Amino acid sequence: MLFTTFAILTVAGAVAAMSFRNLVHSVLALIAAFAGLAAIYLQLGAQFIGLAQVLVYIGAVAILIVFAILLTRDKKVAQQTVSFSSWKLNGVVALAVFAVIAWAIFQSPTLQHEILPEPQVSMQQVGNALMLRYALPLEIIGLLLTAALIGAVTIAISEKYEKHERRERE
Amino acid sequence: MTWIVRNLWLIPALPALAAALSALTKQRNRRFASSLAIGSMALAFLLSLVAFAHALSSIGLSEREVLNFPWLQFGTEWLKLGWMLDPLTAVMLVMVTFVGLLIFIYSTGYMDHDENFTRFFCFLSLFAAAMLGVVIANSLLLLFMCWELVGLTSYLLIGFWYQKPSAAAAAKKAFITTRIGDLAFLLGMVWLYSQTGALLFYDQGAGCLENSAIATLVAHTTIAGMTVSTGIAILIFSGAIGKSGQVPLHVWLPDAMEGPTPVSALIHAATMVAAGVFLVARVYPLMSAGSAAHSTLASTPALQVVTWIGAITAVFAALIAVAQDDIKRILAYSTVSQLGYMMLGLGVGGVAVGMFHLITHAFFKALLFLGAGSVIHGCREEQDIHRMGGLRRYMPITFATYAIGMLALCGFPLFFSGFWSKDAILHAAVDWSYSRLPFYLAAFAALLTALYMTRQVYYVFLGERRATTAHEPAHTEDAGHLHECVLNDPHESPAVMTGPLVILAAFAILLGFIGTPAWPWFENFLHSETTSFNFAGFFENGIPLVMLTSTLIVFCGLGLGWWFYGRKPIVSAEAPDALEKLQPQIFNILRHKFYVDEFYQATFIRVNTWLSHLSDWFDRWIWNGVVWIVSHLILALSWLARSTDTYIVNAGFDEGCESVTAGGKLLARLQNGRTQSYVRLVGVAFTALVALLIWSVSR
Amino acid sequence: MTSLTSCILLSSLLFVIGLAGALTRRNAILVLIGIELMLNAANLNFIAFWRYHPHSETLTGFIFVIFSIGIAAAEAAVGLALIISLYRHTRTANIDEVISMRG
Repeated sequence: MLFTTFAILTVAGAVAAMSFRNLVHSVLALIAAFAGLAAIYLQLGAQFIGLAQVLVYIGAVAILIVFAILLTRDKKVAQQTVSFSSWKLNGVVALAVFAVIAWAIFQSPTLQHEILPEPQVSMQQVGNALMLRYALPLEIIGLLLTAALIGAVTIAISEKYEKHERRERE
Repeated sequence: MTWIVRNLWLIPALPALAAALSALTKQRNRRFASSLAIGSMALAFLLSLVAFAHALSSIGLSEREVLNFPWLQFGTEWLKLGWMLDPLTAVMLVMVTFVGLLIFIYSTGYMDHDENFTRFFCFLSLFAAAMLGVVIANSLLLLFMCWELVGLTSYLLIGFWYQKPSAAAAAKKAFITTRIGDLAFLLGMVWLYSQTGALLFYDQGAGCLENSAIATLVAHTTIAGMTVSTGIAILIFSGAIGKSGQVPLHVWLPDAMEGPTPVSALIHAATMVAAGVFLVARVYPLMSAGSAAHSTLASTPALQVVTWIGAITAVFAALIAVAQDDIKRILAYSTVSQLGYMMLGLGVGGVAVGMFHLITHAFFKALLFLGAGSVIHGCREEQDIHRMGGLRRYMPITFATYAIGMLALCGFPLFFSGFWSKDAILHAAVDWSYSRLPFYLAAFAALLTALYMTRQVYYVFLGERRATTAHEPAHTEDAGHLHECVLNDPHESPAVMTGPLVILAAFAILLGFIGTPAWPWFENFLHSETTSFNFAGFFENGIPLVMLTSTLIVFCGLGLGWWFYGRKPIVSAEAPDALEKLQPQIFNILRHKFYVDEFYQATFIRVNTWLSHLSDWFDRWIWNGVVWIVSHLILALSWLARSTDTYIVNAGFDEGCESVTAGGKLLARLQNGRTQSYVRLVGVAFTALVALLIWSVSR
Repeated sequence: MTSLTSCILLSSLLFVIGLAGALTRRNAILVLIGIELMLNAANLNFIAFWRYHPHSETLTGFIFVIFSIGIAAAEAAVGLALIISLYRHTRTANIDEVISMRG
């Protein structure tokens, strides 16, 4: 019952995020969807993931998107965001995709599982797994994040500032 | 093999080298060119003397020595060339180099004023080289090559004064006429090669003049029952006819007198025209093939042809010589006549008889020509004997030597070489088993010889000087205007010209004594036998009778000459000839050389012209039409090909290109740059893929 | 009814919504949001399969989601930087106007 509530919240948030004309409203709806998803994670016994979802998506990604909206905002954009581009066709495609996936789900025999007890995952287990078995991927993810950080700064840096800096160096 | 045989090639090579060097010399270096030519000729003469001495020392030991070498390979066969030294070669070498040397020296005086002095000596040296090559050749092919070189240099030298149209025409005539004979020669050579597979004369039993080859040739017969050897011999003799000016190809030789006089002396009297006689002598074994074994007087069909041609030529040319006015033309016809004698001698008497006359004739005819050259030089290029006269006072040395030459040519008894050589021919002709007619013809020719030579000497040297244009300016530089030259001060020629005359005169007398019946050294030498003096030789086989007859004939001729030309002094240059007064019609025919040139003009040349017009017409209308049709067919074909290209191939390609472009454009529309449509496509594709998977699983 | 099937159905629904948004919306930021939604749908899948797997103590799907979230953070950062850079070049965030990839 709880799952259904959260699922409805999530789907509603997602649909709203994708259909609002105002970008900020969309982001707000997106946060709602993320929150619903985090609640589902918690319900599924993955507390760590649920908390991480709240921290990363709601606390970082959503805020980042808000900043991006603020940085790219002008009249033109505001006007043009309202329009949909051939939404009927795209909707059909999306529905078709959903149809085949749903069909696949209902066709699949592997999904007929017995109800299993909720797994208990302690923080120690997660820490052990990350620091022992998955130490190398963790390091790689750290490196990737660093590279993404530097890359994002490099891409987004102001050209004017770049030129100015170069002139100074010379 | 001795040194001289191995290095016999040096004899022609030296003048050839001189020719090559002087060809590279500037026209101004006259002394260099002439001394080069004379030096090389003197060296060649010395070498020839060595060769002669070697031939003398090997009398009775070996008939000949040969040196052959492979020249070029075709198929599996090697074509060999080579040279040989036998008495015939040795005698010819000495004669050619000696006469050549004297004439070279003479030329330095005669051609002194000519601006193309160097070129002249270049050609002369080349000629000498080619002639010496003919003499030493041991291969019919090598002989033929040198033979053609000789023809070429003859052409160059006759046309030496090519500014004169007559000289150019004469050179052309000589070249073309001799080519007719040479064509037959070439055919004969090819035939010979196809029959025997050998062109070397002597090659240790494998040569074409040796017994096995001759036997092969005699064994086969060709058309009209003629043996192959006869056919080949007659073809080769045709080459000799052309080269030696025998009837009917004699027409070029008198015209060849357009060349400088030393050329006439060297080429058209002493050496080149003798090449034909030499050729017959060289291939004598072929000529006499099939006759009774090794008899000198044996006769074959080929030799009969030689005999008759020679006899007819001797009389024919002598008749014409009687009525000529040009001093050199008289000598030219005399040469033709004497060459006929040589052929006659070869035909009836064998190699020795003909060659003996060749050698003696070479000396006295060279002497006569050089003497005539001296006269022409002294009279400033005057050649008409009517405008001379009384020159004995102005040119005593020339007169004395000329008289010796004239007597030698006439065959004045006992003391002159011509008597002995001509006597040998007459004697052989008497003994000829087939017919007496050649003897009578020869005797008649001897009479005529004495007559025309007497006439010439009377006109030129004796009597009073006749100058029609007495007081014109003396020094006309232009040699072309012959008749404007002046006779008022004929002068003796320089020593460089008279010296050779004297030497030649000495030989004209002395040479006769190497071939008298009592001491037939020359004949035995050619047969490589030793000779002993036998006075009784004079009285064998009716020789005294023949000698008496010929003496009578000579005196008759001289007497007739005196009767017509010496009895009353000739006063005016315009006065008609004594014989002309007697028989104007016959004389006119003779003066026009029996109208042979006109006859050729009216027949062969007209036919030739007509044929050329015909072929021209054929070219223009038939072949040209064919070519036109073919070319237009090709044009049509190419037009067709072009249309195919343009309208079918190109159009097809264009169409294909356009469809590809259109397809590209169609596909490019998908690639519209909008990422969303790409993603949309991915979605569609994904749907289709999963649908397919599910469908296939569920089935 | 918290079953695997419902989880996956929810996940696929989320995915399709994200896909529809990414296909339909013109604003680059909204496209990015759509992509984030699709990524979250994938994460939900991982968690669901981990939860209903007989050997969930191995934590495979669990750890995978942690890494996925890290990658999603990086992706969001780089994607937004790209959008800002694009906006600075073309003065627009409308991806319909960015068609330099057109063939």
